[in-house]
Amino acid sequence: MTTTETRTDHPAIPEASTVPPPGSAHVPAQKVPHGHKRLLTRRDRLTLGLMAGLPTILHVALVWVTALASIALAFTTWDGIGFDRIQWVGLQNFKELFEQNPQFWPAVQHNVIWFVALILVPTPLGLFLAVQLDKKIRFSRVYQTAFFLPVVMSMAVIGFVWQLVYNPDTGLINSLIGANEPGTYIDWIGDPDLNLWAILIAASWRHAGYMMILYLAGLKGVDPSLREASSLDGANEWQTFKNVIFPTLRPTNTVVLVVTIIEALRAFDLVYVFNGGAEGTELLSILVTNNIIGESSRIGYGSAIAVVLLLISLVVIIPYLISTFRKERSA
Amino acid sequence: MSTTVVTQGRTPPRPARILLHVFLAGAALAWLAPLLWALYAAMRPYGETSEKGYVSWPDKLSLDNFTNAFTQSDMTHYFVNTLIIAVPAVLLTLFLSSMVAFYVSRFDFRVNIFLLLVFTAGNLLPQQVIITPLYRLYLLIDIPGITMSGKLYDSALGLVLIHVAFQSGFCAFVLSNYMRSLPHELTEAALVDGASVWRLYWQIVLPLCRPAMAALATLLSIWIYNDFFWALVLISTGENMPITSALNNLSGQYFTDPNLVAAGALLTAIPTLIVYFALQRQFVSGLTLGANKG
Repeated sequence: MTTTETRTDHPAIPEASTVPPPGSAHVPAQKVPHGHKRLLTRRDRLTLGLMAGLPTILHVALVWVTALASIALAFTTWDGIGFDRIQWVGLQNFKELFEQNPQFWPAVQHNVIWFVALILVPTPLGLFLAVQLDKKIRFSRVYQTAFFLPVVMSMAVIGFVWQLVYNPDTGLINSLIGANEPGTYIDWIGDPDLNLWAILIAASWRHAGYMMILYLAGLKGVDPSLREASSLDGANEWQTFKNVIFPTLRPTNTVVLVVTIIEALRAFDLVYVFNGGAEGTELLSILVTNNIIGESSRIGYGSAIAVVLLLISLVVIIPYLISTFRKERSA
Repeated sequence: MSTTVVTQGRTPPRPARILLHVFLAGAALAWLAPLLWALYAAMRPYGETSEKGYVSWPDKLSLDNFTNAFTQSDMTHYFVNTLIIAVPAVLLTLFLSSMVAFYVSRFDFRVNIFLLLVFTAGNLLPQQVIITPLYRLYLLIDIPGITMSGKLYDSALGLVLIHVAFQSGFCAFVLSNYMRSLPHELTEAALVDGASVWRLYWQIVLPLCRPAMAALATLLSIWIYNDFFWALVLISTGENMPITSALNNLSGQYFTDPNLVAAGALLTAIPTLIVYFALQRQFVSGLTLGANKG
């Protein structure tokens, strides 16, 4: 549990004061790294090089080189058969994507809806549950486990479980409301006006538990004396939460926001299992994947969609990393 | 976790408390409803439900669907496939990322921010951003004799590599934070005594990281076990599939019998549930320790 606090609260690390901040390492007065370096034998240096080098090579080759390759391929057409068949086409893939692909804008829209829905419904719900469970009540663990169970399960499994709920003729909902006879069906999975929302309920089911755990960890970091002071001042429960607790949850809120955006951009498994991203549930991730495992192998075109996804992701990832690492630096 | 409970003391039940319990119990039950429904469906024979409807009183409940799903679809085989992928992937990820963390937290402070940025940012990317070139790369790399397919594509090795590459970003970040909080006198003294850096890492730093490693191992096992996407795209033959993507095939094969598919889905979830219940503490602390992970 101590590690949790280290991560979420970024307290000053005891040794950090003796560790020079990066960038100032050239200052000769910094004794620690220099002291270390002088003691290192040639073999030690080689060992260190390998220890950092091998994992870096693997990560960079499989993640970053391929991400860059996606960018390069986005400006070409290629059927994947031979390298000599790669042709530079400039912005044509993007033009076609933006102007002609009937699935592209719905996909972008659905990714946005996905994020908005997750941030508006399961996130506050998770926070609410966390606040209730943080009251040191009996059976807290049991409740916690019930809400958290979906987070442990594979999205694919969740997809199958929810299909049993939504199935038009055999599903729980239609059976309960009597819409399970031919002609009376409510087609939760097939109706393009309904299916996105049906899937979002399943996604929210999982997301709320995840958010609950993040907030529970955040709430543990709230100083109890703050709470006491607030109740001595005569604040009621809601006022205490609004004016005292919530403001101190700021770091957790940042994490929650980033996690939710990334989940919305990564959404894939649930939709794929549900209906393969058919009409009404298109997502950027599904469009990219269909270009690989579908019949048509349009690599340049698929890469162009991936680049759109990459750009949206970087808009979130870069500011988040800058703020995280700035904190690290000053720690 | 429990220490604060003791100091605060348990308040005697007040009406508000009871109301809260009623609410939480109701909400928890509603939360479990989809799973309980799946369990109920899985315990009834298809013939009975198709005749009487799913919302009906059972004539008999049995585990037949579970045994059938298990035997007919060769699930043992897919569980073994998952083990072949997940065990090396978890161990390698921890091993490699702890080495990077050791390097950036103990030695080279000039590259640490940059290296950690590269790793962490890589882990935050959606998988689909890199899949197209990765898929081509896997088809391109010939490794005759090592994998059945002779390529990285459609092999356990290929999946292990991408899991390791992808997940090590997050683990390196978490472990480097952890290692930085260890007093550096520990390693400095050993270094002065002439210990090699490998020994420093293996015999001093790594044993101290056990709690963080345990948390990460739990988390990684569940994530890698639950993976659907990488296996879907990078494995083509059913023979090589891990359990989650094999389930997808099972449902295609037995889509006329939802009860059997429900049983299969629940069976697939059992190992993660066991890991979760056995290592709950590690899992939750790992999740919050790496809260930046999507």
